[in-house]
Amino acid sequence: MSMEFLRPATWAEALAMKAERPDARPIAGGTDVMVELNFDRTRPPALLDLTAIPELATWNTDIVPGWIRIGAGMTYTRIIEELGGMFPGLAIAARTVGSPQIRNRGTIGGNLGSASPAGDLLPVLLANRGAEVWVESVRKKAGPYPVYDFFTGPKRNLLAPDELIREVRMRVTHGPEQFAKIGTRNAMVIAVCSFALTLDPGEREVGTGIGSAGPTPLLAFDAGEYLAGELDWEGAGPLDDRVARRFGELVAAAANPIDDVRGTAEYRRHALSVMARRTLGWAWADYRKGAAECA
Amino acid sequence: MTTRLESGVRGGIGDSPVRPDGNLKVTGEFAYSSDLWMDGMLWGATLRSPHPRARITSVDLTEAVKLPGVHAVLTHEDVPGARCYGLDHRDQPVLAIDRVRYQGEAIAIVAADHPETARRACERIVVGYEVEEPVTDARRAALDPACPKVHESGNIVRHQPVRVGDASAATADVVVTGEYEVGMQDQAFLGPESGLAVPAEDGGVDLFVATQWLHVDQEQIAACLGLPAERVRLTLAGVGGAFGAREDLSMQIHACLLALRTGRPVKFVYGREESFFGHVHRHPAVLRYEHGATSDGRLVYVRAEIILDGGAYASSTPAVVGNAASLGAGPYNVPNVAIDAYGVYTNNPPCGAMRGFGAVQACFAYESQMDRLAEACGLDPVEVRIRNALSEGSTIATGQVVDMPAPLTDLLERVRAFPPPAARITGEDGRPDLLGLPGGVANTTHGEGVVRGVGYGIGIKNICYSEGFDDHSTARVRLELVGGEPAVLVHTAAAEVGQGLVTLQAQIARTELGVDRVTVAPADTAVGSAGSSSASRQSYMTGGAVRAACAAVRARVFALAGRHLAAEGRGGRVPADLALADGKVVSESEGVIATLAEILHAEAVEETREFRHRPTRPMDPLTGQGDSHTQFAFCVHRAVVDVDVELGLVKVVELAAVQDVGRILNPVALRGQILGGSAQGLGLALMEEIQVRDGVIRNPSFTDYLIPTILDMPPMRTQVLEHPDPHAPYGLRGAGEPPTLSSTPAVIAAVRAATGRSLTRVPVRPEHITGHAMDKPSDLG
Amino acid sequence: MRVTFTVNGEERVVDDVWEGESLLYVLRERCGLPGSKNACEQGECGSCTVYLDGTPVCACLVAAGQAEGGTVRTVEGLAEGHRLDPLQEAFVECGAVQCGFCTPGLIVAAHDLLARTDGVPADTEIREALAGNLCRCTGYEQIIEAVRLAAGRGAGPS
Repeated sequence: MSMEFLRPATWAEALAMKAERPDARPIAGGTDVMVELNFDRTRPPALLDLTAIPELATWNTDIVPGWIRIGAGMTYTRIIEELGGMFPGLAIAARTVGSPQIRNRGTIGGNLGSASPAGDLLPVLLANRGAEVWVESVRKKAGPYPVYDFFTGPKRNLLAPDELIREVRMRVTHGPEQFAKIGTRNAMVIAVCSFALTLDPGEREVGTGIGSAGPTPLLAFDAGEYLAGELDWEGAGPLDDRVARRFGELVAAAANPIDDVRGTAEYRRHALSVMARRTLGWAWADYRKGAAECA
Repeated sequence: MTTRLESGVRGGIGDSPVRPDGNLKVTGEFAYSSDLWMDGMLWGATLRSPHPRARITSVDLTEAVKLPGVHAVLTHEDVPGARCYGLDHRDQPVLAIDRVRYQGEAIAIVAADHPETARRACERIVVGYEVEEPVTDARRAALDPACPKVHESGNIVRHQPVRVGDASAATADVVVTGEYEVGMQDQAFLGPESGLAVPAEDGGVDLFVATQWLHVDQEQIAACLGLPAERVRLTLAGVGGAFGAREDLSMQIHACLLALRTGRPVKFVYGREESFFGHVHRHPAVLRYEHGATSDGRLVYVRAEIILDGGAYASSTPAVVGNAASLGAGPYNVPNVAIDAYGVYTNNPPCGAMRGFGAVQACFAYESQMDRLAEACGLDPVEVRIRNALSEGSTIATGQVVDMPAPLTDLLERVRAFPPPAARITGEDGRPDLLGLPGGVANTTHGEGVVRGVGYGIGIKNICYSEGFDDHSTARVRLELVGGEPAVLVHTAAAEVGQGLVTLQAQIARTELGVDRVTVAPADTAVGSAGSSSASRQSYMTGGAVRAACAAVRARVFALAGRHLAAEGRGGRVPADLALADGKVVSESEGVIATLAEILHAEAVEETREFRHRPTRPMDPLTGQGDSHTQFAFCVHRAVVDVDVELGLVKVVELAAVQDVGRILNPVALRGQILGGSAQGLGLALMEEIQVRDGVIRNPSFTDYLIPTILDMPPMRTQVLEHPDPHAPYGLRGAGEPPTLSSTPAVIAAVRAATGRSLTRVPVRPEHITGHAMDKPSDLG
Repeated sequence: MRVTFTVNGEERVVDDVWEGESLLYVLRERCGLPGSKNACEQGECGSCTVYLDGTPVCACLVAAGQAEGGTVRTVEGLAEGHRLDPLQEAFVECGAVQCGFCTPGLIVAAHDLLARTDGVPADTEIREALAGNLCRCTGYEQIIEAVRLAAGRGAGPS
């Protein structure tokens, strides 16, 4: 029965509490932690509530040029409303999270902390090549993990027991972004699988992210490399259908799905190839439109 | 029949007065069973088996009892009366005795001062199990004599054959066959099982509970408590939906046992996960059908084998088998029939009542077959149904004549005649609106791969209890002056489960007694049984009982009117054409005779009546013949879907339904039944399944048991026909279940039309549409 | 632990709260406000929707301590005395209420939608706003009609 409830008012206080109580379970939107509590699956000795720390729920673009800092406490609703213009893919993904009520509470930090392979924002973070998770502890000053290193297994990440997730940093590419997610109903559904794509016109690079098709969110590295080399960045010509199909195949090959209650491995691979092809079509159409407008 | 001024009564039959519980429900003040609270009450919790089949070798309560805050920990040894209960066979232990037969079977119960304490106490109970291989294949349980037995009596709960003509010898120009499968659907009511048991001074108990049938609960509880029924008093607490799931007991006996043991009120509230283990589900089924027809699509014979998995305990399996067998040929004329329906025991979760009750499973199969037949004969799917449709005077497979209107052709033609829904919705920028596409905002298609399909389904459902059951309902109606105004109190034990029965009872009283002010008393066991709120029967049965009691009250009022006239010196002759209207006794020929206020004075007129529908008969055990049903009801659906054929995602664009209800009693509530029933059928078609593997439920939560959201339900067109049934009160026809039957096959037919896949299993999953299922059915197109 | 917060305009001090309890449990079992319903305990059904500091949330997913110092408005706090909110009236009128277990959550969610919308929201807006509220009885159509009716009667932003 005994459990402590810790409610720091500042980030420094939060770090101090976490250092003192490494077994405290951080909680923000509660969309994962409270379910585990309600379903009697976890009884942590302490809860560390991060919702009373104002600076966690902010974002800004003035730390490093070309980068954005998104505080761990930013909710999905605010991401859609405030960052949708800059990161359309992130907003599309956020809009697929749960329901309005869930989006009002759930946070990007929680998505990272829970580290579910089905975390909806995670493929988008992977596709933002170079995105970083900044963590901090009393012991160690704030520092980044590349997102693609951060997840170590299903619901596991690199966070040390005394560390907390402070923010996410993403590159602002202004390139086309897409996200697509398979669910067996039209709202409130956990991804059967998902795919995120970012085209970075400046670097002529392609970012990819796969959700719910492996023990962690995955990069489709080879697929991205292949596509970056095949796209007609210069001429912005029509997409070669063979390239799109090959890209889809490579994305499917990068996945490592299993059969479970939500779908079969074979279906997930297939769906990923279709989503990869389609999102590429939409992103490339955006790119061409942008190129035409610039010309 | 007395003259009634029905149409003139505000809030009477045919009107849609607001629900008497409506304001309480929208303000949050309505007391559901889970909202009950008493000073000093304890919280109950249940320890359940993690294994679907095991011998119990030991149960050690020592550590649980020691936990501070725990007031009682009970096992089967503490059950003072009968050890087992059940709706039909009393085969289900109150608490497991020496073995468990399904995952989630209750073994011990705890009462503590906080739910968390009760849960922790359960965790400290140590149970020794000798785990055995569960029986999980229903077909094997039915047909293989070597299959291990779930109960000593054997694995077949009921086998019901139906034989007409000589189906085994019959031949036909066109033959279509199919094997169909229906997954395990859950009622998924929103208000989980809950209730409050309060020990009484007479050594009995008062139980406030959400249920569908107070008296059948009372009877089972009293037997297990070893108490006479009158010392187990039940009052209906607010019910958060039912759909069949509250027909069996859940926490009732447990709460009473703990209350009697501790001498304190005990409340149980199941969480959602526990709820999936706490009630029975819809029987999963495997159905093999063969239809033979002439080349122009007229049915010659049907052969079918229907296997319904009843799980670990019988519940209402026998009656579900009866429905599947008697209605297994569908609403069609078939001269030769050979159906064998089996309900079996397995170590899967127990299955019992759910809206549609055995008719749903059969409907999916026979309607799928009708589409195959249409294709084989080169006919339109509506046309092939019309060619074979029952009509008034037809005989169904049990030999029973349909002696009431059966306007199936009309229903089918009307639904076909609805204009088609618009093509895809596009936003202002000319791009497709994601919300209108398969996948929705999950952004899986902008139109790529999307194909439209249209499909139809029609079903037949029996209304009320069948097969010779003594189906009755009781109503007590009291008319008196309150503050000088006539007022009516209606008292029944009928369970308001959301359908609007409280509204309807008052409507009937208003119509019959011409009194505006009608109150419906809380349902409890202080009045006779009303039977269950199931089988679409309460409008018919409790409606019939209220009407009969009102008629008896009315007769007494007329007698009082005579006395009143005599006392007034207005002569001894009472006009023959009396009626009650607007708080007055009126005569068609002589006008107002007297007001009720003048007649009644301080006298209350109270009458209690039992209502029975015309008797039904058992089915012959070898041939299934017999007039086993009292009424048939019909609904037809057309579904229009957009399917992303590459990803296997479905968006239902529109559902249209036409239903005959005999007589509309409350248009708003009726429409709610059609819409809600259709939604549950859509859910079965596309997403709802309790996934069970090796007897273990893999998705006991609303995260993975998906029911349709507001974004899954399309706009619906509905049309209602009124062909009165001469045998029923007001000519009404039960309306709650038929829409649940026909929407499933209509949606699937539409998905088949869009994809060309044969789709023989519901719910259809995306991988079945794309051909990436793990266990590919052989006929997956 | 002790939790102090404002519920429906009234300050409440609640003692002996177990740290693992949800705001929903505290409202229902400790504040005598059972209007918000517990149907899934995992944010999937929306029956427990309340306003927390002006934003609709699932009360089952808010730890009790997270509401400390906060302002909560539940379905019980929408009517003004005996005068129902137009949405509440419309729900009863349109047949949007059957068993009613989902109703309190739906009304709070719809109340928030109308507070953010001028005029009558489009069907797609209504559907997306209410996608987090499961109803098992009605098939939703009469709920959409009720929202439209209330909006038409000027239940929007005040």
